[in-house]
Amino acid sequence: MMQAPDLPLWAALITALLLLTGSLLTLTGALGLLRLRSFYQRVHAPTLGATLGAGCILIASMLCFSVLETRAVLHEVLIALFLTVTTPVTLMLLARAALYRDRVEGNPETPPDTGQERPANPAEKA
Amino acid sequence: MSALFLAWAITCAQIVLGFAMLCALGRLIRGPRAQDRVLGLDTLYAIVMMLLLTFGIQTGRALYFETALIIAMLGFASTVALSKFLMRGEVIE
Repeated sequence: MMQAPDLPLWAALITALLLLTGSLLTLTGALGLLRLRSFYQRVHAPTLGATLGAGCILIASMLCFSVLETRAVLHEVLIALFLTVTTPVTLMLLARAALYRDRVEGNPETPPDTGQERPANPAEKA
Repeated sequence: MSALFLAWAITCAQIVLGFAMLCALGRLIRGPRAQDRVLGLDTLYAIVMMLLLTFGIQTGRALYFETALIIAMLGFASTVALSKFLMRGEVIE
């Protein structure tokens, strides 16, 4: 399946470089996900792929289609915007769920409660 | 010449993304607890989205872009639902 669109040399060079950079960054993040020791360390690793890796590949796709159709094709910005909004939300939700589960079970590896966090529901405090 | 170079680079990027998928799959299978598995699934969704974008560049069709958008949205929804389930024991209260 070796095929590619017919781009001018400069666009082909930049697209290839961005694609390789993005995929290698994603691989780095996935390796971190596989190798790091505790869950709270692992939750950081894949964000490297979700931000910088996906950004590089999205820019490569934008450049490729813009040059192919000789007009600005910007619909990849949609995916970039969506990823930027959703990645922190999902991972914070997941980390909070993990923290809750670990504290309920009294797991010794849980990060300590520093007393500086906001309560989940401010109305409960009063 | 430039098309051959680009084809080679795209194939390399796809292979590298495949290895990244294997890593995420390893965490999904091995992951000692449920939250590790959810994290692996979320990473898998993100990598599949990038792989679809590289297929779009390879074939030059805009169809793959829409698939990538749908996969990104499905990944968000599933991860939110799963972490809500881990937190509360039910998804919709």
